[in-house]
Amino acid sequence: MAFPITSFSALLNNYFNVVIDPAQAATVDKIFLYSLFALSGFAFGYTLEMSGFGNSKKLAAQFYFTDLTVLKVMFTAIVTAMVLLFGTVGLGILDFSQVWVNPTYLASGIIGGLIMGVGFIVGGFCPTTSLASASTGKIDGMFFMFGGFVGAFLFGETERFFTNWYNNAGYYGRVTLDQVFGVPVGVVVLLVILMALFMFWGAEQLERIIGKKDLRGEPKLRIAGAGALFVLALAVVFIGTPSLEEKYSKLTFTRTETIPHPSGNADPIVNTITYSADEMLEKRLVQIAPAELFKTVYNQNINLIMLDVRPEAEYNLYHIKGALNVPLDKMPLIIPDLLTEPPANSVFVLMSNDEAAATDAWKQLVASSVPNVYILEGGLNNWIAFFGEDEDFQLAASAAEDQLDYSFPAALGSSYASCDPNPVDYEDLEFEARIKLELKRDKSGGGCG
Amino acid sequence: MTTAPMKRKSVFNRPEKPYVHPYFGGMVLGIVLFLAHFLTGNGLGSSGATSRIDALIVDTVNPVHVDNNSYLLKMAGGDKNPLDDWIIPVFFGALLGGFSSGFFNGRLKFETTKGPRISNRMRWLMAFLGGVIFLYGARMARGCTSGQALTGGATLSAGSWVIMFSIFGGAYALAYFVRKLWN
Repeated sequence: MAFPITSFSALLNNYFNVVIDPAQAATVDKIFLYSLFALSGFAFGYTLEMSGFGNSKKLAAQFYFTDLTVLKVMFTAIVTAMVLLFGTVGLGILDFSQVWVNPTYLASGIIGGLIMGVGFIVGGFCPTTSLASASTGKIDGMFFMFGGFVGAFLFGETERFFTNWYNNAGYYGRVTLDQVFGVPVGVVVLLVILMALFMFWGAEQLERIIGKKDLRGEPKLRIAGAGALFVLALAVVFIGTPSLEEKYSKLTFTRTETIPHPSGNADPIVNTITYSADEMLEKRLVQIAPAELFKTVYNQNINLIMLDVRPEAEYNLYHIKGALNVPLDKMPLIIPDLLTEPPANSVFVLMSNDEAAATDAWKQLVASSVPNVYILEGGLNNWIAFFGEDEDFQLAASAAEDQLDYSFPAALGSSYASCDPNPVDYEDLEFEARIKLELKRDKSGGGCG
Repeated sequence: MTTAPMKRKSVFNRPEKPYVHPYFGGMVLGIVLFLAHFLTGNGLGSSGATSRIDALIVDTVNPVHVDNNSYLLKMAGGDKNPLDDWIIPVFFGALLGGFSSGFFNGRLKFETTKGPRISNRMRWLMAFLGGVIFLYGARMARGCTSGQALTGGATLSAGSWVIMFSIFGGAYALAYFVRKLWN
């Protein structure tokens, strides 16, 4: 079983033998997912209120060092969630690439954060705590909430004056602290926990000195909790993260096949079959014909991204118009960007001279959870054989494995006619369609943004 | 027809229970946050819902305005329903969750929480202003204390950690100047 749950209907089908009509699957998925969201929201509001976050005095006291409940609750929550998250990622239960990570926009983040701080100390709440407050009858919480609607409205009305800055300044995409510092994620987890424990100690000292609080009544259990967190963090360091090979071996793909009903007159039977990644390659379910790739270029519903994985020199000799050159050894560098493409309709097609290099790239991408990745069947050689019949390319003297079968007098890139075939000439093309959009949840819908 | 006995305690004056210990509350909140990530791939949040409810109102009152505003267009353009987003069930869930905790712990009470030196009206005005300012900043930073600091903090998002320190920085920098509001 894979987490996060990407399809509830598939889960019901695979583990509980509940068959859901494929036409209803999207609706079923949504009902389950939105119920889970409502439940987590409920638990969120409940825990905030029971921790005292419905009371603005308790929240504001954080900033006068008399009661540091805000810091304690927030950082305990962050480190607890973090250690569980990266523990399950390390054990291979949770697929981190499918977890929403807030993209980094440094400029708007810093300015927005400072503005939020001002709102916090003036208003005494943050948005979610104002919900906990308003829902328990606190009138100031209600005023804050309504002020929030006005503030969000004002932002929507003024965003156009700085839209370029808002969307581009200091944009780094999906980047996590371990990438920033270039250390294993387990080390960051451990350091964050040590920092949090130090802050808790400091917070208690401040409460004792400035808040005149008697710490002798504090439960001893909190020391044990700190110890437990530290041990868990060490475990996360020790487990590490699963390698690409491990992830690849665990991959599954589902395809449906329709076979006629044995009696001949009833509706055909739809079977759902689960394949491993190697089976997908062997059964040639991810290799698409040149004709299908060509038709996909003109499909308005698909966001097609063609990646040419050959060395730059060969790409310069000849490539399909619109294909981006990403040599095989550079592939790991662009995977984070591929993961942030809206996944629902993005299709990635990999190509090399024949299929060998493209297949290597395919293994890397699918193991990194990039959805909808395909290989150009027979590679560029097959493409030229199919579309280049009118061009008199010379056959290369001796073409080795995964080399160009043709020789080119000049490096004209995508200027040959067959690099961008005329759609009118090739209106009717016969091919077996293999592209099947995997409806992974659109991660760009995540986060508060 | 039955009437409730006169002595029955109303919802609004159940015995008030104390708040839970901060570390315990934080641990429960952390587990909730983890489960949200683990099951759905999304964390928690709320400020996005405020924008979306605004977008719905604008779309109802003046749909042409939505078409002229790229920010609103993303949420409510064409036949898009601005409320069809994960953050909406989280938002209403949180309202109900807060209410339930208040109900079970005897904290449902119409009152104003404020510092001792300001009037209720002053507090309401400041709460309203604070709400305006906070949500303006939250939309600019693409998330608030929940959507950025908590959610992004736990996934180690670099930008979220920067935002978290900016929030605390902004509040601490101004705290001295508005101390009359709270002390």
